[in-house]
Amino acid sequence: MITIRIPPTLRTETEGEATVEASGETVRDLLDDLTGRFPALRERIYPGGELARFVNVYVEGEDVRTREGLETPVADSSTVILLPAMAGGC
Amino acid sequence: MSLRDQVREISAEDARDADAVLVDVRSDEEWKVGHIPEAVHIPMSELGARLPELVPDRARRLVTYCATGRRSLIVLPELDDLGYEDTASMAGGIVAWQNLGFPVESDSALDAEQRERYSRHLLIPEVGEDGQRRLLETRMLLIGAGGLGSPAALYLAAAGVGRIGIVDDDVVDSSNLQRQVLHSTAALGERKARSARRALQELNPDVQVATYEERLTSENVDRILSDGWDLIVDGADNFPTRYLLNDASVWHGVPVVHGSIYRFEGQVTVFKPHEGPCYRCLFPQPPPPELAPSCAEGGVLGVLPGVIGSLQANEALKLALGIGEPAIGRLLLFDALAARLDEVHVRRDPACPVCGEHPTITEYIDYVEFCSAR
Repeated sequence: MITIRIPPTLRTETEGEATVEASGETVRDLLDDLTGRFPALRERIYPGGELARFVNVYVEGEDVRTREGLETPVADSSTVILLPAMAGGC
Repeated sequence: MSLRDQVREISAEDARDADAVLVDVRSDEEWKVGHIPEAVHIPMSELGARLPELVPDRARRLVTYCATGRRSLIVLPELDDLGYEDTASMAGGIVAWQNLGFPVESDSALDAEQRERYSRHLLIPEVGEDGQRRLLETRMLLIGAGGLGSPAALYLAAAGVGRIGIVDDDVVDSSNLQRQVLHSTAALGERKARSARRALQELNPDVQVATYEERLTSENVDRILSDGWDLIVDGADNFPTRYLLNDASVWHGVPVVHGSIYRFEGQVTVFKPHEGPCYRCLFPQPPPPELAPSCAEGGVLGVLPGVIGSLQANEALKLALGIGEPAIGRLLLFDALAARLDEVHVRRDPACPVCGEHPTITEYIDYVEFCSAR
């Protein structure tokens, strides 16, 4: 299983969980697995199986858009981070 | 040289041992390079105007000196005219003084008070006197004097950043005081920019503070940035301002130290135009408004902006000093609950509409609309 970090602004969609386990060989597998269990999250960041433009996905510290996108492979030891922008400076 | 003049010259050794006020009559530049500790400095052309104020007691023994002893001898008749009764010139000037191995003090960068104030910086080889002087000559603009701006401004002012600009149109509210350490209970209802200026000047009178009691907009951003800033510390609290600031900073070529916070988590990075990615390379689009709650809506742990704002100050000081590895192309992610600092890479996007190879955005847009569009 691979641990995915959920940003604070998307935790309503993961029932408050800050980290969620998922399995798969690619980022697409992980997102399918993850959003299959949290449909609200799917609607937010992965509608129609496409990654929403406002959220970045990092595998081992690299933005998957600079690698192979949703086909970027993930290993069991990978750290995966979901990250939208945060505006707050207040 | 007349006998009278010879009588009025004393050796450097005697000058050192005399219970006298040493008066350096050389130029400002000569004085800065090196002078006798405890001496007073009045360029010879200003003696008449300034000496009586500095040394009112006409019976006080005065010993003048210059580089080699010529100018300091020439000025003695003027001292006579001013009424000083006991004056002499140091033969051979500061050259003779130094040849005897007597101490000379250089304040090419800092005065005695500054050397004391910044002594912990001066002890660090990476900063030192040159670095401190650099800080004193650096101009930093802070967007927001709130959660992030508070610690950043305090540390930057304490460090002796010579000029700090503050852009904030807000007033101090009691709900700010849980984290905005720049402001005090006494400042409730006051403009944050003014409250900030007072706090910073009380902390360090070396710092000049420029205030802009306005919200950063497409209309005023060029004017504010044209005031000449070496870098910008972004502590804004909304997306439209952040995208506006990004575009302006790319076009003005000014680096931005970015910070943002929410609840227990914060992000820090440095956007250096054309050397590293910009904010749009990192986040081409803001989240929809319902996924972008402000601290006012979602809350924030009071100390979190302290951590993130201080990390921003750290990056700002490194950039100003030209030391270390600035967080360019690296986004630091701080999680207060886990006590963990992660890092992800941020790359320049060749297709970036602002800093990419073929920019499609070349003038200010409607940022509110851009940030509310889905």
